[in-house]
Amino acid sequence: MSANLINLLIDATWQTLYMVAVSAALGTVFGLPLGVFLATSQRGELLSRPLINKVLGLVVNAARSVPFIILVVAIIPFTRMVAGTSIGTTAAIVPLTIAAVPFIARLIENAIREVDSGLIEAARAMGATPLQIIRKVLIPEALPSITLGLTLAVVSLIGYSAMVGAVGGEGLGDLGIRYGYQRFMPEVMAIVVVILIVLVQLVQTIGEWFAARVDKRAPKGRGQ
Amino acid sequence: MSDRKIQGASIVFQSVGKAFAKPGGGMVSAVDDVSLTVDAGAITGIIGRSGAGKSTMLRMVNGLERPTSGKILVGGQDVGAAQGTALRAIRRDVGMVFQHFNLLASRTVAGNIALPLEVAGVPGARIKARVADLIHRVGLDAQADRYPAELSGGQKQRVGIARALATEPKVLLSDEATSALDPETTQTVLELLKDINRELGLTILLITHEMAVVRDIASHVAVIEGGRIVEAGKTYDVFTAPQHPTTRSFLSGLTGVTLPAFIKGKISDTRPARPCDEVIHVTFAGKHATDPMLALLTRDLGLQVNILSGAIEEIGDQPFGNLLISLDADRAAEARAYLERHGLLTQGLGYVG
Ligand SMILES: Nc1ncnc2c1ncn2[C@@H]1O[C@H](COP(=O)(O)OP(=O)(O)OP(=O)(O)O)[C@@H](O)[C@H]1O
Ligand SMILES: [Mg+2]
Repeated sequence: MSANLINLLIDATWQTLYMVAVSAALGTVFGLPLGVFLATSQRGELLSRPLINKVLGLVVNAARSVPFIILVVAIIPFTRMVAGTSIGTTAAIVPLTIAAVPFIARLIENAIREVDSGLIEAARAMGATPLQIIRKVLIPEALPSITLGLTLAVVSLIGYSAMVGAVGGEGLGDLGIRYGYQRFMPEVMAIVVVILIVLVQLVQTIGEWFAARVDKRAPKGRGQ
Repeated sequence: MSDRKIQGASIVFQSVGKAFAKPGGGMVSAVDDVSLTVDAGAITGIIGRSGAGKSTMLRMVNGLERPTSGKILVGGQDVGAAQGTALRAIRRDVGMVFQHFNLLASRTVAGNIALPLEVAGVPGARIKARVADLIHRVGLDAQADRYPAELSGGQKQRVGIARALATEPKVLLSDEATSALDPETTQTVLELLKDINRELGLTILLITHEMAVVRDIASHVAVIEGGRIVEAGKTYDVFTAPQHPTTRSFLSGLTGVTLPAFIKGKISDTRPARPCDEVIHVTFAGKHATDPMLALLTRDLGLQVNILSGAIEEIGDQPFGNLLISLDADRAAEARAYLERHGLLTQGLGYVG
């Protein structure tokens, strides 16, 4: 294999990592508060804003039902507005983030809902404010699930990032299509697939390791 | 121990009612026109069956539920009317322990106990000192850095109690704190609550469905049934002279009041024609509790008395006893009059023969 090709693979790997890392980070920045709000704003709950909860829930569902490749194309004007261009790796971060936010929000919402309501009750009995309950009880208690949820989100983003070649985003997926498919170099396609498998395995392993570290519940089995 | 003695607060329920909206529409009444005064510095038990409204009553004391009618005053402050910051300030004065502990799995013992102090905005250095004190008080020095998953039920409840005491409350609420514990651990946790009450002087209001818990630590008791208080008073008085059938049925679970199986099968309410014995429940109380009454009965009336079951117990530091005896039905009235004259309570349960 030529040195040129190896350089291309290295560059593409970095581009993928860059897109996934930035969109996952931005997705968490926006998805975490959204998820916490969705989990705590139904009627009678901590923040009880049933109307806003309904509306946000609908928006999240709508965003999640659009296939990613269509989302990428549909929001091109918005991407241009935010990133200054609608073409390239940095521009690709915009649709990736927009796909990540509702996905991560739902994962966080589920993680927060799993927290035993007795803990909220105990915190209320202490005189905690809703914000204190979220910061000191809900998020720390949900952290093992949140970590696993974010791991899943990153793995999905690696998959999505392969599709952004359609709007000139680069990265491993784009390289695989251009060389492996269009230029008929199946070995490039094979290497790209292997790198993607290794990346996903790595993310999964690191995610699970973190989740286990922050999980202080019963060490073996999840009986209780 | 740096705990200063605090003045416990009284809790007053004034015609308190609480109704919940039913999912299908309409209301279900959980607590109905309850008036009760819980003395400052005392340990008061509320006993009732499942669904009687115990938890609802307790949860109104720290504003976790709001009454739909009436008022609840804690140390003179109207909890039901308090909102926001004022309500949170009241809650810091009222600690609560739970049946299922409700500890944060993500925090160590020390971290759990620190939480109410963090919530109250106490500076870090003071939190550390206070937490160390509390851990010592509940006897968990060796477990300070353990996580709840590594503790036994009794140890978890000690953490729960320490956490409830962190903000130096004037009232401690306990919702079935010992119901998830084995009998031995229950005793040690009750002892801890008793010590805390004695040393710190705070008011303890606990709910339970076990008369033994009331007997062991409560100086006052209220019996709740269907959302209403059916009987209330000093534990000793309620135990020795229960008025309401619900109270009696709770008491029948205690030793000395249950008919042994061999009698239960044979006893009848109506007196048979043939010679027979009457079964009598005798309650010893007050200064006569330890008198040798049966010996005197035999000596003065020349009666033969069969003992079926019995026990002497202590409430606070006063002894009281329950005894089931049987004796010749022809002379039962005479024997009961004799015992009553000597300050005992008697109740005819039926005939065997
Ligand atoms: N949040 C609620 N919504 C609707 N009904 C409720 C609610 N909380 C309690 N109830 C009802 O009020 C009644 C009293 O409940 P409560 O929990 O106070 O009983 P309890 O005496 O504590 O029972 P247990 O011993 O089972 O804990 C029950 O009929 C219960 O179904
Ligand atoms: Mg209850």
